[in-house]
Amino acid sequence: MSVELISANHAAALAATLAARANRKGRGFCSGVYPITPSTECMEYLCLQEIEKGRVLRVESEHSAMAVCIGASAAGARAFTATSSNGLAYMAENCVAAAGMRLPIVLAVANRTLGPPWNIWADHGDALMLRDHGLIQFYCADNQELFDTVLCAFRLAEDPSVMMPAMVCMEGFILSHTVTQTAIPEQAQVDRFLPLTAVPHRLGETAHTLGQMEVPHQTETHRRQHHAAMLSVPQVYTKIQNSFERIFGRRPADTVHAYRAEDAETLIVSMGTIGATAERVVDMLRAQGQPVGSLRVRLFRPLPSETIKHWFAGKKRIAVIDRNISLGFGGVLWGEIRGLADPGTVVQNYMAGIGGGDVRPEHLENMLADLRPRRIAGLPAMMEVL
Amino acid sequence: MNEPLLCGMAQTALDRPDPLFRMGNTNCGGCGLSSLMQMLRHAVAERRVQLVIPASCAAVAGGAFPHSTYGVPTLMTTFASAAAAASGTASVAQLNGEETRVICVAGDGGTYDIGFASLSAAAERNEDILYICYDNEIYGNTGGQRSSATPAGAISANTPKGKPEQKKDILSIMAAHRIPYAASLSLAHAEDTLRKLRRALDLQGFRFLLALTPCPTGWKSEPALGMELLRLAVRSGLFPVFEIFDGKRHVVNIEPDFSDEALNMYLSLQRRFQESGLSAADLRPAIDRYWQNLRALSGRIVPARRNA
Repeated sequence: MSVELISANHAAALAATLAARANRKGRGFCSGVYPITPSTECMEYLCLQEIEKGRVLRVESEHSAMAVCIGASAAGARAFTATSSNGLAYMAENCVAAAGMRLPIVLAVANRTLGPPWNIWADHGDALMLRDHGLIQFYCADNQELFDTVLCAFRLAEDPSVMMPAMVCMEGFILSHTVTQTAIPEQAQVDRFLPLTAVPHRLGETAHTLGQMEVPHQTETHRRQHHAAMLSVPQVYTKIQNSFERIFGRRPADTVHAYRAEDAETLIVSMGTIGATAERVVDMLRAQGQPVGSLRVRLFRPLPSETIKHWFAGKKRIAVIDRNISLGFGGVLWGEIRGLADPGTVVQNYMAGIGGGDVRPEHLENMLADLRPRRIAGLPAMMEVL
Repeated sequence: MNEPLLCGMAQTALDRPDPLFRMGNTNCGGCGLSSLMQMLRHAVAERRVQLVIPASCAAVAGGAFPHSTYGVPTLMTTFASAAAAASGTASVAQLNGEETRVICVAGDGGTYDIGFASLSAAAERNEDILYICYDNEIYGNTGGQRSSATPAGAISANTPKGKPEQKKDILSIMAAHRIPYAASLSLAHAEDTLRKLRRALDLQGFRFLLALTPCPTGWKSEPALGMELLRLAVRSGLFPVFEIFDGKRHVVNIEPDFSDEALNMYLSLQRRFQESGLSAADLRPAIDRYWQNLRALSGRIVPARRNA
């Protein structure tokens, strides 16, 4: 185990490299990559690595980058790529295809606003666009967590009972370009943690067709199976956490990260780096005697509803902070979890940091000040962060 | 190689016992793709192959899950992704020291149009892929709309008065990528086609084959006349049959007689040309220009030998 001073982009690439090398005795590693701000450094770093029995193809588009991963995964290799924003939108068709064919590809996403009008800063709207199509989605808050989650994502995606692509998201620049100390395990440890990739339906010797036509009742059956596999993710993830802890000596973050939430009357709920800021605010307000806690949803698909429900029970007020907007509706996270609270709980949505604004502690304090006198929830509110 | 029986298409002991493209598929009667797949089976013989097929008639003809028309492991991809997905499978085969030949079978829409960027990029990277375009000059699967492979003057579902623009010269474009091998195939000339299929299967790097495949449904032609139409297209010089090595050496494989009779016959047997009133005289100048250039590139005036 060594400690390196690296960005989150590099942490993702390093985790992918270790995972790639761990499959050298299996069918190897193959990846298609294409640059886009702010995930470019991830693919650049991957291209600099020597990977035994691995190949990184520098392709002409994100669409083809995912297509290469599909081909590689269909041939039984481990596959990884990284993208952002419009790159993810361009790649979306093949992300859906990878999910439909149940191929365990890991995709790192540096979240960025969709354009035009062009904007390179953080917004969760790009990844949330793929909410409904059978890809696991994690949202991370720091470099170590991102590194650990990428490693876990390989194990999770390739688990025989899961077998589907997984996205690991980090907010562009805010996290992707932040350089912090990150503990990097030895290759031998990663070899122990990640079994060799085995895609049971890969193209082999026998004649079978992957991704062919289906009639409605077959699609229905496949969706049901996919849905059931999705729902098994939290359980499988717990086992992976245990295994990770045994091998690396630290426990990767839970699907829902709770902070001083047990005895809190008011909860701040968020995804990604806003959750880290929320924990600072919780400490500050707790020092003033206010019973506030924070809940950070790390696993968004499948949504760990039962866990969230457990934490919501008995709370008076809940502020759901979204770094995204579903236009004509409100925050996506709020829409998903507002029904999980007790009937009397005030669940108020605040959209903040849309288009990459810097959400600082004072902004969260303003939201809580707005929430405090509310007896019933109002319409989703868009908070300016200037 | 001498296989006179059934123009070289007769089954022999060396042939692949299981067809690549099984009977009972949903292709229209007289579909050129079906003929191409039978020839490919013959050429593949004992070689280990995988198919990569983008959205197309070839994907629909694959049939519904869990049955498959294809007799080998096959990956169906999104419309624009065949060459990129095949880059992935071919890379993994190579990393594992496998002899698997990865073959893309894509229509003209997936090749000339929507799949062109990924095709061009895979050719530029010189991936170890055999890419076969079955060109029926139309978006057949969606009901016969024009593609950039549709020839000028042809009526299609969305060009009711005939397409005004000329067909894209995909073979020259692919040759400009300086790939090891590019060739056009006439399915009516089985011996030449099989020779080139085998050559393309065994070469390393990116190989591109273009087969003109009759589409009776889209061309509004008699299903039984497909091979005859191809003979006429080749004879008249409309569909030049040649191969290009490393983007440089051009070899003409079948010498046309450039007869207007063949050209008029070709046009009159397809209703897609009749209503636009296209005649041999309209097409001849473009054909002559193309061949003038091809003669210069191939550096010979006398007919090329058929068997290299």
